[in-house]
Amino acid sequence: MTAVAHPIDVPRSGRWTLFGVVAFAVLIFTQVFAFVTSPPDANMGQLEKIMYVHVPAAWIMFVCFVIVMVYSLRFLWKGREEDDLLAAAAAEVGATFNGLTLVLGMLWGKPAWGVWWAWDARLTSTLVLFLVFVGYLALRAFVDDPQRRGQWSAAVGILGAINVPIVWMSVTWWRTLHQTPSSAQTMAPAYLAGLWTNAVAFLLIMIYFIRRRYEAACLIRAAEHAAQATALGGLE
Amino acid sequence: MATVQSELAIEAHGVARRFGARWVLRGITLELRPGEIVGLLGSNGSGKTTLLRIFGTLLKPSAGTARIYGHDIVREPNDVREDLGFLAHTPGLYDDLTARENLRFAAEMLGQPVGANLDAALERVGLTHVTNERVRGFSAGMQRRLALARLLLRRPRLLLLDEPYSNLDSAGIALMNSIIVEAGHAGGGALVVLHELAPAAGVLDRTITIVNGRVAESAPAPAPRVRIVAGAG
Amino acid sequence: MAFRDDVRRIRAIAWKDLTTERRSKAGFNSVAALGVTILVLFGFALGPDAQALREAAPGALWLSALFAGVLAFNRSYQVELESGALDQLLQYPGSRWVIYVGKLAANSIFVGLMLVIVVTAGIALFQIRIPAAWPSLIGVLVLGAVGLVVLGTFYAAMASRSRAREVLLPLLLFPMLVPVLLAAMSASKALLNGDMMHEAGAWVKLLTAYDVIFLIATLLAFEYVIEV
Repeated sequence: MTAVAHPIDVPRSGRWTLFGVVAFAVLIFTQVFAFVTSPPDANMGQLEKIMYVHVPAAWIMFVCFVIVMVYSLRFLWKGREEDDLLAAAAAEVGATFNGLTLVLGMLWGKPAWGVWWAWDARLTSTLVLFLVFVGYLALRAFVDDPQRRGQWSAAVGILGAINVPIVWMSVTWWRTLHQTPSSAQTMAPAYLAGLWTNAVAFLLIMIYFIRRRYEAACLIRAAEHAAQATALGGLE
Repeated sequence: MATVQSELAIEAHGVARRFGARWVLRGITLELRPGEIVGLLGSNGSGKTTLLRIFGTLLKPSAGTARIYGHDIVREPNDVREDLGFLAHTPGLYDDLTARENLRFAAEMLGQPVGANLDAALERVGLTHVTNERVRGFSAGMQRRLALARLLLRRPRLLLLDEPYSNLDSAGIALMNSIIVEAGHAGGGALVVLHELAPAAGVLDRTITIVNGRVAESAPAPAPRVRIVAGAG
Repeated sequence: MAFRDDVRRIRAIAWKDLTTERRSKAGFNSVAALGVTILVLFGFALGPDAQALREAAPGALWLSALFAGVLAFNRSYQVELESGALDQLLQYPGSRWVIYVGKLAANSIFVGLMLVIVVTAGIALFQIRIPAAWPSLIGVLVLGAVGLVVLGTFYAAMASRSRAREVLLPLLLFPMLVPVLLAAMSASKALLNGDMMHEAGAWVKLLTAYDVIFLIATLLAFEYVIEV
């Protein structure tokens, strides 16, 4: 693995602003579409509408984990700093969507179950995964050297991503084996259209957020590299 | 990857290293020919230890390249380590093991035999009387001697020594110098980070002075010009 | 030949870790004592009703072992950092994974012994009735301990060398260990209650899979975290 010596590619953001506008427009459209076209749920009434943010947010959280893993592997393999920065951006965005999922889940659960937290299998797994994200971000905050930070984050990110299905399975078993009723969230076909379209919208939003976060990180690193060039004063 | 068999013991181009926002090394270019014994001088914080650690494959440079006997320190660290004997400023010993146990551990890690060679090394550095004493009770000078004994277990080609004379009495200094000279005769070499020239006078071929992370001067020794450098670090 | 050298190095590292720990006089005794102390505190929190204690026993035992074990993991790197020994360790030829396996071996013995003490204390304090299936229970203890030690040793390689190591290691480790804890606690609970519904088998499979997956993953990843 070579030492980080080459300057960072600072990505150009021209087209991405347009992408962001489009992404938000799509999101508004799909949310309105879901609101308008989906019937109120027999049990929960209009509360069901939360699902159109809560569920796609959860799906995006998983996508972010995968992105973190892929780019962490790439970083360990190729040693390009950009890959580390993208993995970190995906982790931040993933943590955000994770937090959103949790909050909405609790907002949904309070009227539905009567309590803020019922150790529901899915929500509990989401909470554990949130803590995994937090650990990754805490590690990055505590390590200053970019080389070390990149390699350690990559290892932690990969292990965390591997653990996602295992955590999910173990928490779900824990709940079902104890014979306590879990919240039935069967998806009637009427809701599916709304969910899938919103999932696509959220995916676009996710891509936009990660891109922007990544650009910011690249700019910071490029500034540091520029300082390097000054300090080296023209030597190779 | 095929390496060009360089004749140089150390060949460094533009080696630079930063810690956080601070640039400690700002582009070091130097050469060490086989058999040469070179002293590295500079004030505190000038980057001497960092440079040594980079050559010793303990740190990767933030920029620049370096080769030890033709092996790239970043791409072929294992090959580099085969040729190196590194004596850090802190001895890196285990306080709760005895002198012999420390050497024994080193020998096992090096793939060396364990037996009379350990006792011979202890004798060479004058620590036979504390063979079975725990290092916790050793003085700083004794710890440095033990670290030196560990170095002797494998005859390294190139010695990288970080302020090796500190805490040594005159007998210890003579011992260190004899080992350094041996390395030079065997066609290896030594790069010695020094705080002051005096103990190494008569052993060095030349000196390199680091100021503010750059090579300020490379001069033949002996002619101990003690330079007081105001490195801002 | 190279593999024999590696085995030799692994043994040397494990011996060195265990010997320095044994002679330091601070290590094992205090960690084991801490484990028992935490168990006692759990007893105060959950008892003194015997039935409540028996219900909570698996959870309390595993958490006590976890909290005490965290100290052991950081300590195994502490000895290298104190006198700059890690730099020296990285100078020796050979692959990095032997350092990892050596420390795994030493930590396994350390944590295993601690677990024995904590479990023994737990049997008394939590009035556990030893079931007929106690060999399976020992199996669960072993598998759970392996999961703990593998991830603990791996994450400590990073946490022990960073700022705020006392908080960073648990912060990284505990969420990752949720599957191990759930599996070990649930399987223990089931076995203690006679395992009417044959739950324990499924949990044991999960534990085994977890141990294997993460042992391989951490072995592959170790050289990236120890060298830098």
